[in-house]
Amino acid sequence: MEHVELFFKSIFIDNMVFATFLGMCSYLAVSKKVSTAVGLGAAVIFVLAITVPLNWLLDQYLLQPGALSWLGAEYADYDLSFLSFIMFIATIATMVQLVEIVVEKFSPSLYNSLGIFLPLIAVNCAILGGSLFMQSREIATLGLATTYGIGSGIGWFLAILAIAAIREKIRYSSVPPALRGLGITFIITGLMAIGFMSFGGMLTGGDDEGAKKEEQTVQVQDSEENKVANNITINE
Amino acid sequence: MGLLSKKDAKLITDPLADNNPITIQVLGICSALAITAELKASIVMSISVLFVLGVGNVVISLMRNIIPSKIRIIVQLIVVAALVIIVDQVLKAFAYELSKTLSVFVGLIITNCIIMGRFEAFALGNGPWRSFLDGIGNAAGYGAILIIVGFFRELLGSGTLLGFKVLGDPIEKTGLYSIGYENNGFMLLSPMALIVVGIIIWVQRTRNKALVEDH
Repeated sequence: MEHVELFFKSIFIDNMVFATFLGMCSYLAVSKKVSTAVGLGAAVIFVLAITVPLNWLLDQYLLQPGALSWLGAEYADYDLSFLSFIMFIATIATMVQLVEIVVEKFSPSLYNSLGIFLPLIAVNCAILGGSLFMQSREIATLGLATTYGIGSGIGWFLAILAIAAIREKIRYSSVPPALRGLGITFIITGLMAIGFMSFGGMLTGGDDEGAKKEEQTVQVQDSEENKVANNITINE
Repeated sequence: MGLLSKKDAKLITDPLADNNPITIQVLGICSALAITAELKASIVMSISVLFVLGVGNVVISLMRNIIPSKIRIIVQLIVVAALVIIVDQVLKAFAYELSKTLSVFVGLIITNCIIMGRFEAFALGNGPWRSFLDGIGNAAGYGAILIIVGFFRELLGSGTLLGFKVLGDPIEKTGLYSIGYENNGFMLLSPMALIVVGIIIWVQRTRNKALVEDH
């Protein structure tokens, strides 16, 4: 049940693109055609499913305060969490390179469709963001981390598929010249993100929904509160 | 400008308008949208990126002849990650609240495409001084958009600028609020950032027709 909940939460409520704006650059750059969008989306699911659990292990057994206690009591006080950026990105870059080599060797047809996207992925913020959110949301077990990775990947895939389909159709509409291309894509993404916000109440039962709403309005009114983390805190 | 030749000055001024990293090159969008609900966060983010991109461009440019091209992405990532760790630690030490607000987005400077994009497109082929100028120029262009978006979102969304109540007090009904003005809480929600950037692009391209794309 926990897995199902986290899975749907990471696809819809915490959608990588619409709730946290991660992976926007490749989302905007590679969404002109549905076929390329599908390729990149599949590659993102694949890489997230591998790197999030891997980085979870790193975080648990190397980086967290007290994570080194398996080495012996004298290491229990070490806190290496300031190294997490460099460790995570190194893991991601090597994994992407490794996946590229393995795929090229064993499945040339898959390599032809995914291959060109793999180097792009090393610098896709959705991948690093997946690992960083996994760390900051304190996901409890390796299984949940895997579910989270796959779920967020699917969420990203859905988003790029949707925008690519819309962009293919919008070519036939008469958009004001200055808005053509990038401008209208931004505005459509904004509208889609507003649509996705309505998933926010999906996983809360009828009882705490009222309480949640109240919390949300209080947060909006209180200008001193950190409104930036709004979408993050509401969901937690 | 005695220090800068005309060509060098162009490196700084171009990215501010006609070759803006966000609205034209489509680089570095993710962080631009997520942290712009208030002006202060936008300014801090711009300064962080200015530091990382300026220094990073110089470092990469100095190493450009000794990096094997096959592993250059990993080398670049390590350089950026080291710089970002410095920024993150400084923020945590001197502005803890703000670093909580920015949450993972400081870390995401590493994968900010603007940084890798400029390394690949400029620092790998040019000397350190010109790379430095290019880095500063692009980071400033990025910062300019961030600050514009942050300005409008904070002003219209919560009626404040940098936390000062410039439009009066909404609870005691002073200033603009006394004649029935209300804050638009919608501006604080993250999707509005996309729409504000969309409008900036619209304005910019209406003023400069050369930038208009075909479908």
